[in-house]
Amino acid sequence: MGRVEIRSVSKKFGETRAVDHVDLATNEGEFLVLLGPSGCGKTTLLRMIAGIEIPTEGEFVIDGRVVTDLPPRMRNIAMVFQSYALYPHMTVYRNIAFPLAARGVEKGEVHKKVEWAAGMFKIGKLLDRKPRELSGGERQRVALARAMVRDPSVFLLDEPLSNLDALLRTSAREELRQFQRRVGVTTIYVTHDQVEAMGLGDRIVVMSQGKIRQVGTPMEIYQHPADTFVATFVGSPPMNLLEQGDTLLGFRPETFFPADAVEGSEGAVTYPFEVTYLEYLGAERLVYGNVGEKSHGRHVVSRLPGSLTIPLEAGKTYPFAVARRDLRRFDRKSGLAVKGESA
Amino acid sequence: MRNLSKLARRGGLYTLLGVFAFFSAFPFYWMVIATFKRDHDLFSPLNNPFLFNEPPTLEHLRTLFTETHFVGYLTNTAIVGFAVVAITLATAVPAAYALARWARGWGETLGIGIFLTYLVPPTILFIPLSRFASFFGLQESLWSLILVYPTFTIPFCTWLLMGFFKTIPKDIEEQAMIDGLSRFGAMTRVVFPLAISGILTVVVFAFTLSMHEFIYALTFISVSAKKTVSIGVPTELVRGDVFQWGPLMAGALIASIPVAGVYTYFLDRFVAGFTMGAVK
Amino acid sequence: MTSPVPPADTGGGRGGIFDRRETLAKLLIAPAVLYIVAMIGAPFVLAILYSMSNATTGDPSLHLVGLRNFAAALDDPVFRIALRNTVVFTLLSQSIVIVLSRVLANALMKPFRGKGIVRFLVMLPWTAPISLGTIGWLWMYDSIFSPIDWVMRYLGALGTATGILGPQTNLYWLGVPGLAMASVILVNVWRILPLATVIQLGGLSSIPKDLIEAAEVDGASPWRRTLMITIPLTLPIVSIAFLFGIVFTFTDLVVVYVLTRGGPVHATQVLSSWTFFKGIEAGDLAQGAAISLFMFPVLAMAAVFILRLARRTEVV
Repeated sequence: MGRVEIRSVSKKFGETRAVDHVDLATNEGEFLVLLGPSGCGKTTLLRMIAGIEIPTEGEFVIDGRVVTDLPPRMRNIAMVFQSYALYPHMTVYRNIAFPLAARGVEKGEVHKKVEWAAGMFKIGKLLDRKPRELSGGERQRVALARAMVRDPSVFLLDEPLSNLDALLRTSAREELRQFQRRVGVTTIYVTHDQVEAMGLGDRIVVMSQGKIRQVGTPMEIYQHPADTFVATFVGSPPMNLLEQGDTLLGFRPETFFPADAVEGSEGAVTYPFEVTYLEYLGAERLVYGNVGEKSHGRHVVSRLPGSLTIPLEAGKTYPFAVARRDLRRFDRKSGLAVKGESA
Repeated sequence: MRNLSKLARRGGLYTLLGVFAFFSAFPFYWMVIATFKRDHDLFSPLNNPFLFNEPPTLEHLRTLFTETHFVGYLTNTAIVGFAVVAITLATAVPAAYALARWARGWGETLGIGIFLTYLVPPTILFIPLSRFASFFGLQESLWSLILVYPTFTIPFCTWLLMGFFKTIPKDIEEQAMIDGLSRFGAMTRVVFPLAISGILTVVVFAFTLSMHEFIYALTFISVSAKKTVSIGVPTELVRGDVFQWGPLMAGALIASIPVAGVYTYFLDRFVAGFTMGAVK
Repeated sequence: MTSPVPPADTGGGRGGIFDRRETLAKLLIAPAVLYIVAMIGAPFVLAILYSMSNATTGDPSLHLVGLRNFAAALDDPVFRIALRNTVVFTLLSQSIVIVLSRVLANALMKPFRGKGIVRFLVMLPWTAPISLGTIGWLWMYDSIFSPIDWVMRYLGALGTATGILGPQTNLYWLGVPGLAMASVILVNVWRILPLATVIQLGGLSSIPKDLIEAAEVDGASPWRRTLMITIPLTLPIVSIAFLFGIVFTFTDLVVVYVLTRGGPVHATQVLSSWTFFKGIEAGDLAQGAAISLFMFPVLAMAAVFILRLARRTEVV
C-alpha cells in the first residue's frame, strides 16, 4: 500500500523542461521530501503524481496500477495545497465530508469518519465554523483532516507550512511528523526550506532545474552530498568550497575550527584564516573570513558552538583546520562528488 | 481660518454633486410631475412647471393602465427579458468559465474576440437580421427579439463573467478533483456556487440590457400589442404631433425607476469585481 | 483505523469526457461561439453583400452590382449631412463627457453623506431605458411647454422686448436646425456621463494609495500629484471610457429617433438613423446596408485602440 513509482517522467511547458527524466520510487509508509529552490520542478512533479498536470513523457504507477491516464479522483490519493483550498462556502464539517460525499458514501458512515478525522487533528470543536472564521493553523488542520478522511494510499503535501507564522511552523512540523508516523501513510512532501526537509524526511530528494540531484536520508545528503548543488543548498550556512586545481574541496562550516581545537588522529589540513566579520548568534558564532593568499582568497565561514569561547577578532589571522575525514571533493567542471581520501 | 476653508470646500463639494445629480435626474423629475399633474395644469404655459398648481391626479395612471397596451408592453418586455436571461446564462456561463480557466493561447484570443463582437452595432446588423426574421416567419413575434438580443448580452456577459471566474482560485477546483469530482463536477458543484454573485450580476445586466433595447424592437415589431415597453411608450403614446403627455410620462416613469434601482445596485458590485482585477 | 472507504472507481476506466480538459473546454465554449458566428458573423457578411447589391424589401434577392451604393451615398447630400453630424455629435459630446465625468468621479471618491441617493440619481440616464429617458427630454424641449423656456421667460431672458434670448415666447429646441443639433448633443452627453463616470471611478480607485502618499511626503503639490501621477496612471482607463463613449454615441439611433426623427429637414440626421429610414422604412436594403457600413472603419479603429489599452490595464 502506498508505493509510488515515477518512471522516466518529463514535463515540458513550451520549450522549457520543468521536469527532466525523473525516476523515483517511494518506500511504503515513508515520509519523502522533495526539496529544491523555486522552479526546480518539485511542485510540477507533485502535481503530476496527483493527476492535475499531465506528463509529456513517462509513467506513474501507484500500488502497481499505471495511473498516468487516470484523472485525480481515480488515483486514491489525497493532497493538501499550500493555500489549503478549503471550500469557502462550506462548513468545516462539510469540507471534511466532501471527499466522502463525492463518492456517495452513506450519511452514517460519513459522520463516523468525519468525527474520526476531526478527532485525529483535534478540531472537533470547529466543525460548524466556516473557513474564513478560522486561524491559519486551524485551516491547515482542516485541510489535513479532509485529506485523511478517505484513507488514501498516498498523501501529497505542497508546502503546507509556508503560510504559517514562524513560531507555529515548528510545532506544526512536529505534529505533522508524529501524525504521519502514527498513521503510516506514504507521504510526499514538497518544500524549499531545507531545515524543514531535514527535520521531516525519512528520505530527501534534492531537485534542481527539473532533475534529481540526489536521493538519500538527511544524513547521507548532508554528510555526503552528491554534487556541489546539494552541498551548497543543504546546510545553512552552505558548505565551504575551495578551489584546488581541477577539484573543489568542500567542508562544512561546523567542521572548520581553530587548529588547536580540532581532534585529528587522521590528520587535519590547516589554513591561515583571516577573519573579516563575526556574528554572535547565541548558541553559535559565525566567523566569516578568507583563506589562501590574499589575491586568491576564498571566502569561507566557520561555525563555532557557543561553548567554544576562544576570542577572535576581525582583521586578525588565525590558524584554522579541518579534519581530513570531513573533507569532500568535487570535480570542478561537473560539480559531481569525487571519491577521494574523504569517502 | 482652516475651518472656514474646509467648510467652503465641503459646501463646494455638495454644490457640485447637487448640480450633477440635478442635471442627471431632472428629466425624471418632470416625469414624476407630469404623471400626476392635471392636464389643465400641465398644458398651461403660464403655470409654474415645477409645482403642482392644481391638486395632483391619478387620471393619467388610470388611462395608462386601462386605455393603452402598457400592461401588455410590460408583459412582453418581461417575457423577452427572462428568455434572454436564460439563453445568456446557458451560453455565457460555461463559455466564460472555459475561457477564464483555460486561457492559454487560443482561449485568450477567443475571449477578446467574443468581447469585440459587442462593438458591432445593431445598426449594421439589423438589416440582415430583419431578413432572417422574415425568412423564418418571425416578424412581429417576440421570438425575433428573444433570438437576436443575445447578440449583445452574450459577448458582454461572457466578458463580465470571465472576470468573476478568474477570482476563484484554481486550487479549489483542483482540490475538488482530487477529492473525487470530475472536471465537470468540480465546475458545477464547486465553482458555480462560488460565482453566484457574478451570475446574479449577469442576470441583472442581461435583463436590463434587453429591457433597454430599442433598435431591434423598432425594426422587428410594429404591431402595437406585441411591442416592448422600450418602443411601445415612445411610439404608441405619441400620435403624430399629439402627445398624450400624462400617460406618456407615467409609462416612462414606471418602466424606468425600478429597473434603474436594481441596475445601480448591481453596478456597484460589477465595478467592485472589475477593479479588483485591475488593482495591482 | 476505521473500515476502509471503498476504493476509487478504478475498474479500468480512463475517466470520461468530463475529465478531458481540451474536449470539455471546446464543448463549453461552443454554444456561445456558434451563436455569435450565426447571429453576428453571418449577418455582418450579409450586410456587406447587401451593400454591394440592389436588394430592396420588394425584391430582396442578391444581385451584386459593385460599389455603386457607396458612390450613391457619397453623392447624396443627406448622407453627407448625416456623416458630418455623426462625427460632430460624437466628438463634441464625448469631449464634454470626458471632462465632466472626471470631475464627477473625483467628487464621488470623496466621503459625503447621501452617497447612495446621489449615485442613484447620477446613474439614472444610463440605468433607465434610453428611449424613456429621452422622453423626459422631449418635454424639456417641447415647443410650447418647455420648462426651460418657462424659466427663461420667468427670468426675463425670453418673451420680452429686452430679453437676451429674444422676444419670442419659446425657443424651438427641436425645430431650429442649430438648436436641434445642440439639443441632441446635450442628450448624448447626459446619457453617456454616468457610464464614463463609473469607468473613471474604477480607474481612480485602483491607484495604490501608497503612490499618492509617497508623493505627498516628497512634497508634491496637489496639482503636481495630479499631473505626474494620477493622470498618467489613469490615462488608459480614461481612454477606454472615451472610446466606449464614442462607440455608443457614434452608432446610436435612439436619441435622434425619439427627439427629432432626424429633422428638422435632416438637420440632425446621423448615419444610424439615416440607415434606418432608408433601409428599413423605405425598404432600400442595399442602400441602407451601404450607409451603415460607413460606420465600420471608425468602429474597427476604436476596437483596436480599446484592445491595446485594455492590455495595459488588464481589464479584458
